[in-house]
Amino acid sequence: MTDTVTSTPTPAPTPPPRKSRVGGSRLAAVLRLREFPVALALILLVLITYAANPLFLSPQGTKDLLLNATIIIILAVGQAIVIITRNVDLSVGSILGLVAFGTGSLFANVPGIPIIAVFAVGLAFGAILGAINGLLVTLARVPALVITLGTLYIYRGLNNAWAGGTQYFAGDRPDEFGALSVDTILGFPIITLLAVLVVVIVAIVMAGTRAGRDLYAIGSDPDAATLFGIPVGRRVFIAFAVNGLLAGLAGVLYASRFNSVGATTGTGLELDVVAAAVVGGVAIFGGSGSVVGAAIGALLLTTITSALTALRVDKFWQQAIVGVLILAAIIIDRVASIRTARRLRMSEARDV
Amino acid sequence: MSDPRSTETVEPTATSTVSADTTKTLRDEPRGRTGWARILLGRDAIMIYLLIATIIIAMISIPRFASPVTVGFLLLDVIPVLLIAMPMTLIIITGEIDLSVASIAGLTSALMGVLWQAGWDIGIVLVLGLVIGVLAGMFNGFLVAVFGLPSLAVTIGTLALFRGLALVVIGDNAVANFPPELTGFFTSKIGATGIPTVMIGVVLIVAVFGVILHFTPFGRGLYALGFSTEAARFVGIHVARSKFWLYVASGGVSALAGIFWTLRYSSARSDNASGLELAVIAAVLLGGVSIFGGKGSIPGVVAGVLLIGTINYALRLGRVSDVVLIIVTGTLLIASVVAPSIFDAVKRRRHDRRVRRELPQAQPSGSVSA
Repeated sequence: MTDTVTSTPTPAPTPPPRKSRVGGSRLAAVLRLREFPVALALILLVLITYAANPLFLSPQGTKDLLLNATIIIILAVGQAIVIITRNVDLSVGSILGLVAFGTGSLFANVPGIPIIAVFAVGLAFGAILGAINGLLVTLARVPALVITLGTLYIYRGLNNAWAGGTQYFAGDRPDEFGALSVDTILGFPIITLLAVLVVVIVAIVMAGTRAGRDLYAIGSDPDAATLFGIPVGRRVFIAFAVNGLLAGLAGVLYASRFNSVGATTGTGLELDVVAAAVVGGVAIFGGSGSVVGAAIGALLLTTITSALTALRVDKFWQQAIVGVLILAAIIIDRVASIRTARRLRMSEARDV
Repeated sequence: MSDPRSTETVEPTATSTVSADTTKTLRDEPRGRTGWARILLGRDAIMIYLLIATIIIAMISIPRFASPVTVGFLLLDVIPVLLIAMPMTLIIITGEIDLSVASIAGLTSALMGVLWQAGWDIGIVLVLGLVIGVLAGMFNGFLVAVFGLPSLAVTIGTLALFRGLALVVIGDNAVANFPPELTGFFTSKIGATGIPTVMIGVVLIVAVFGVILHFTPFGRGLYALGFSTEAARFVGIHVARSKFWLYVASGGVSALAGIFWTLRYSSARSDNASGLELAVIAAVLLGGVSIFGGKGSIPGVVAGVLLIGTINYALRLGRVSDVVLIIVTGTLLIASVVAPSIFDAVKRRRHDRRVRRELPQAQPSGSVSA
């Protein structure tokens, strides 16, 4: 930061001690990845379950596993974007419900509507709902937790008002739409491939673009980000809108995947989604974590449910295990950050 | 995060003692209301007026609202939220949060059902129900206060964990055959007033929390904690210990709410009180507690809880569907937090204009920002 304009040609300050560690640093870097613990847990879980019950990884078993994870993965990616900016969006379950019901009613009321148009409408609808959150959070400068708790109720209420007792069933929708979550390419269901595409795109944007890096800066220290000239309000608004868009996508896919959509679709999903992001190494106070981690977290949480069934463990244990995982993720995160802080202090002390 | 614009006073009101320096003080700068005006025009008072207005409107416009039956059912409906809102207020004032309260209530309920089914004495069942809540609270408190982990994340974790344990304990079963004398007591009313008998205990708990928060050094310390943990530590407040006991209290009171829930509906199930945490937090924030910490009061929260309860009950009695109820709750919540921040913005702009008018020589960049 300190640009000292000196006349004498200063030699480039290369840190010599770093060089000596290059050999072993590849492995160390992998071990230090925030996604490492959750990925390891997922691999171990799958291996152990497979060893105990080989049917777990049969083509059908794998397909079910991926289908169950798809919607939570998409929601967790969106949530990760928001959490990285030191905000949170509790209204995603309600957004998903509204869009899923909207999708159902669109197919029922506009016969012959092209599927791509339904996707466009669903995404736009979700983005608008997310944008409302973003607007309230950035304009009123009220914590996102409160605002989105409010919109959680409001969106759910609107869904209730709109749907009433109506439910739309899979029979109301064209077969090609339902086929999206039945057909597979190379063993992967189409909607899962869609989710993977979303993860890849968002991961690239978050890691490689200015706007993406800005989100991390905002989450690390909003005041510093403002001083640095980052348009904090605009970036946070976009983060909420994108999260809404992804929740909209999840809503459309929900209508494809599940038989019925109605007034209560997606209720209570918000905490699962936040949990998936946290388990995936996204720090709840922003600034660190990645959407890939969040996606792996989502996959882990849904896999546990299937694994318990495959292992013939009482299904009632599932939620308790999820709770333990969340706590473990937070503790691992804390230990890692303490270690990083100590290392930084040491290296700073050396460089002086 | 804490905003310095609050009207809540932590220290004795700083009566602007102008020392002999060159700074020109602003004339007629509003010093904040004092005495009765402060009480009668404060945030809490507004909540109470709003509550009274709502009750009067409901009494006029909705037939059958003004009756002892209303009082009874309204209060019975409100009790779980009111109970849990008490420790929640204190916790949010310190800048933390507890999302696991409803799961603790559910765990208590499940444990009670299983123990009662197994033939334990009802007295022991009640005591153990309370004990499990206190233990759950200690677990939260340990992780948040001792390890210093973020409470939002921790209690999302324990929300899943405690609800999961409730499922493990009781599974899909429901236990309903609690002793009729006891369940009868929990729905009984005091004479002809329609006020439930258990309200006596509830009022007692509310009073205890009110006194602790507003009239003890411990309670005043919680506000300081919410403003700045660092500063609170320097002043000599035991940060970790205070937070730890708040979570223990939260666990204990949530267990009481779970006991009430179980005996009022005479049903112990794993999903009892699920989702209640968001209702409690909504009511507490509506009652004027700042989510940033450092601001809020027990009377305001009680008014907030009763306001939501009254509106819900009145609308239901007026045959308005549940749909509107949810929308009203959400809108009230957002309005209650957005409105003050708009007021603040207006007030600050007025203040800034004043400063600029009266101190024309002061450069914006060179002015002393307090």
